[in-house]
Parts: sequence; C-alpha cells; structure tokens
Amino acid sequence: MAGSIRGSAWADVPPDGATTGPRSPRADGAISRVAVALFRNRAALAGLLIVGTFLAVAAAANRLPLANPLRMVPQDRMAGPSWALPLGADAFGRDLLARLVHGARLSLEVAFASVFAALVAGAVLGVVAGYAGGRVDQVLMRIMDVFFSFPAVLLALGIVAALGPHPANVVLAIAIVYTPIFARVVRGPVLALKEREFVEASRALGAPARRIVGRHILPNLASVLVIQTSIALSWAILTEASLSFLGLSAQPPTPSWGAMLNEGRQNIELAPHLAVFPGLAIMLAVLGFNLLGDGLRDALDPRQRS
Amino acid sequence: MARYLLRRLLALGPTLIGVSVLAFLFLRLVPGDAIAVRLGTSTVLTPQQMDELRAYLGLDRPLPLQYLGWLGALLRGDAGYSLRTGQPVVCEIASRLPVTMELALAAALVALLIGLPLGLLSALRPHTGVDLVARSLGPLGLSLPNFWLGTLFVLLLARYLRWMPNTGGYVGFTQDPWANLRFLLFPAVTLGVAMAAVVMRTTRSAMLDVLGADYVRTAHAKGLAASAVVGHHALRNSLIVVVTILGVQVGYLLSGAVVVEEIFSVPGLGRMLLTAINQRDYALVQGTVLVVAVLFVATKTLVDVLYGWLDPRIRLG
Repeated sequence: MAGSIRGSAWADVPPDGATTGPRSPRADGAISRVAVALFRNRAALAGLLIVGTFLAVAAAANRLPLANPLRMVPQDRMAGPSWALPLGADAFGRDLLARLVHGARLSLEVAFASVFAALVAGAVLGVVAGYAGGRVDQVLMRIMDVFFSFPAVLLALGIVAALGPHPANVVLAIAIVYTPIFARVVRGPVLALKEREFVEASRALGAPARRIVGRHILPNLASVLVIQTSIALSWAILTEASLSFLGLSAQPPTPSWGAMLNEGRQNIELAPHLAVFPGLAIMLAVLGFNLLGDGLRDALDPRQRS
Repeated sequence: MARYLLRRLLALGPTLIGVSVLAFLFLRLVPGDAIAVRLGTSTVLTPQQMDELRAYLGLDRPLPLQYLGWLGALLRGDAGYSLRTGQPVVCEIASRLPVTMELALAAALVALLIGLPLGLLSALRPHTGVDLVARSLGPLGLSLPNFWLGTLFVLLLARYLRWMPNTGGYVGFTQDPWANLRFLLFPAVTLGVAMAAVVMRTTRSAMLDVLGADYVRTAHAKGLAASAVVGHHALRNSLIVVVTILGVQVGYLLSGAVVVEEIFSVPGLGRMLLTAINQRDYALVQGTVLVVAVLFVATKTLVDVLYGWLDPRIRLG
C-alpha cells in the first residue's frame, strides 16, 4: 500500500524497501551534503528555523523574563494583547505568552520522549523481524498488524482513557501507537540490506550478527529513521494537543496547548485571542516538523533526488 | 479475482482476532479491580459482595476463558451494558453510528472536491502560481489542528457572521435533509481539510508519475487531444493511487470525528466515546473502539479488493 499508513495523515511511510537505494555503506560527508540540501530547500529551511526557535524557547522557558504562568491577576482577566501582556491574559488573568512558552516545553517534552521510545522499540523490532526473517518476522509483523487495525489517534485515545489523563500516559500511548510504524519502515530496508554484497561479505568473514547489524545495517538505516522521526514528532505534537484539548493530558493549572485552546473556546466571543494563539502555536510547531521532514526526505531519499 | 477476494477475506480472520484480543485486554489495562472498573467510581461494596459479583460475572475464571466467554457473547451481539444509561452497548452504538458515518462521508467528499482538482491543476501546470499555491497549502493543511480549525469556524459563525447553524441542534437526514446538511457542513469541512491535503499531494505525485510514462507520450504522439490524454490515460491511472489512500484515511476520519463532533455538538459516535471516557463507562468505550477498529479494517480490505479489481497486477502478483 503506497502513501500513508495508519489512520493518520501524518504517518507518511514509504513502501517497504523503497528508501534503501544503491549507496556506499559508509557515506562520507553525508551530514554536510544533507545540510547543503536542506539550506537550498526554502521550505525545509523555514521548517528548520521554526523547529529551532521552538526548541530554544522551550529549553530556555525557565530563564526567559516571563511572568509566572500560574500567577492569576484578577484585573487582567481576558485582557487583550498589550505592551505588558504581549498576547493578553486568559480567563484567570494569567499571562498567555508565559503559558504558551511553558506549554511549548511540555508539548516538546512529550513529543520527544514518546518518539524516542517508539524509535528505539520500533527500530529493535524492525531490525529483529527483518534480519531474523522467517517465523520471527511473521509473528512480529502480525502483532504489528493488529495495532495498525486501530486508527492511530483513536488507539492513543483508548490507551490514555484506560490509564488515566496524565502526560506520562500520553507519552506511553503515543510511543505504543508509533512503535509499529517505526518497525515497519525499518524492516523493509533491513530485508533489502541483508542481501547486499557487503553484508554477505561480512557474514562470510565470520562476523557475528551483532557486528553486522551494528556496523553495516544500522548506519544504513539512519536516513529512514531521521525522516520518520521528524514526521513522527509532528504527529506526536498534534496528538498530544488533541488529547490535551479533550482533557486527557496535563490537568489544570499546568499550561498545555490543547487544554489552553479548549479553555479559550469557552469565552470565544469575548476573547477570541485565547483560542487563536494556542492553536497558532500548535500549528506552527507541527508545520515546522512537517516541513523539516519533507526537506529531509528530499535530501536523504535517493528515490526523490533528481 | 475470486481467488484474490478469498485471499483478502482469509487474511481478515487473524487480524480481527487480534483486534478483539486487544479490545478485551483494554479493560485489563484500567488500573484497579475489574469490578470497580465495571461499577464505576461511586459504588461501595463489602468484600463478600465483591466476591459474589466477581463469580457472577465470571471474573474468577482464567483470562483465556474469560476472553472466550466475552467473544462468544460478542458474536451473539451482546457487548455488555452501558453503566450510565443501562442500555445495551450495541444499541447505544447503533443509534450513534449513522451520524458519524454521514459526517465521515461528507468530510471525504469535501476532501475529494478540494484535493482532486488542486492536485490535478498543480500536476498539469507545474512551477506555476497554481502549483505553488497547491504545494504550499499541502503542508499547511496537514499541520492545521482540526480542533483549532473547528474552533475558528465556530468563532467566525458566532461572532462575525451571527449565523449559528448549530444552535438549532442536530436534525436527522430523514427528518429534514436540508437542515441536516446545513448542520454538517462546517464539521465536514473541518474534518475534510487535512484529508484534502493528503488527496492533493497524492493526486499530484501520481499524476506527475503517470504524465512522464511512455504510454502517455505515445498517446500524445499519435495525436490525441490533450484533454483525452489527461482524462482517459493519465487521470484514470492516477485515481487508482488515490483510491488506495482513501481506505487509510477512513481511520483518520473516524478518530478526527471525536474532536470535531465535540466542537460542533454532533451527536455521533465520537462524542459518545468522549462522554463514556469521562464517565468511566468502560464497556461503552470498549465497544466503540472495537466497532471503529472493525470498520477501519473492513474499509481497508474493501479498498484492497477495489485496488485488485482496478489493477490486475495487484491481484495476480
């Protein structure tokens, strides 16, 4: 099946084996080549800038000269943007900018933690399935298929519903949903790689599987994993925001983008900015990772390179 | 074709069993005692009453036996009872499902109406204004959170246009088709936008692939009109690719419906699921998730079959 798998529009996974082109096992200067390609692609550069800004702001959230995101100032309730409150204040008189910045931190922490877990688990499962082949492969992939039978966001929703509303459970849910996707994108290239001459040569020389996988297979999966990670991060941010919007992530008063947007919805006619700014933040962050992912695909995927 | 169909249907078996196991285990995932889970939060029972209830519900049996009992009841159409309403889960779902199906269909229609022409135009006129607009809208559509778009629509309708079709509440299609469609218009657009972006991208890249193919050049060379080449040769072949993504997108539509139904107060399956989650009505949550998964798997199989029917290489390969 071509195009995106799963129920998510953001899980754009190339078909099995598609991303492993003829490439030397050790790509010299690969990083600089990718950097050049990214800088030439204006959309990707924009994505990189957006992602970089969000990361910097989130990392420095506690050191920036911002108000306490939890402090309520009654006379500021639903204040519009001004010099003192650049993005206004929410229904409790809390500084919206400060809350958005701290919300960025939560959003990115959840996204990175869940995607990292899914990346590790998925890569291990995919490499084991692809390299071992046979029955191991069949059993693992059948189990993955069961997870693919649930629409992605719904599966995450169900897991969080069962475990209880908490960011840690959101991390777990997103990791569980995304693990099969990583497993599937990794398995295809592994199947192709293990038949390649340099792997056969290494095997003929008596190298143990551990060494073959570590030295020859994993380095060649880097581009697939990098592309998929960027797309997964955009999906994770959007999913966390959805769950937070539905009240299933961080609980009040913790600043969380989705929940802030939902709170803003209550007073939408009086203070539209309370719903507009959090949504804008979510969209920009998701867009940044999407553009970066597209750019990385263009730069790294030999199929797409002209 | 019959053999291909049979193969697809046989592959369905293990998947559905896996789905049912996962849905069954879902209730086990809930922290705390299974009885407490079934009873919700408000009930206090003595330990002896708990044991009696446990035996009555068969919860003292080993897990695999419990699963088989649950599956047997399910196959007879018994998915348990909703804690809050006391109605059978099956009835609750059956009453909400048509609304969500209509919303998903309408959203898919919106996505096709926006995505197909844009994708076509951008492929036929590469590196022009249309192409640039279409290609910029793609990532934007994918990044637009549907709950934000929905909220903005509500804002626009309520504050600036003073036209709020939702205040009247949901009306069934059979009661008043016009009011029903008017009610679903904005929810469908909200849900359809991200899918339109996917359709647009897929159409564009499929068309570009096909337009570069030898048989298209041959068609041009033998003097066919450009419209005939595009309509008869290129579009038909790229539509096959578009059809395949539709199946996967159904999953997106069904989960997106949860959020969109909440925003626009559409009384569908998604809204019921959310209420059930908030009320810890786990039997209803389990049933809903199961139904959606089965729907999703069924659509994907249907699309596979359709794909095989459209493209002999697939069914014979």
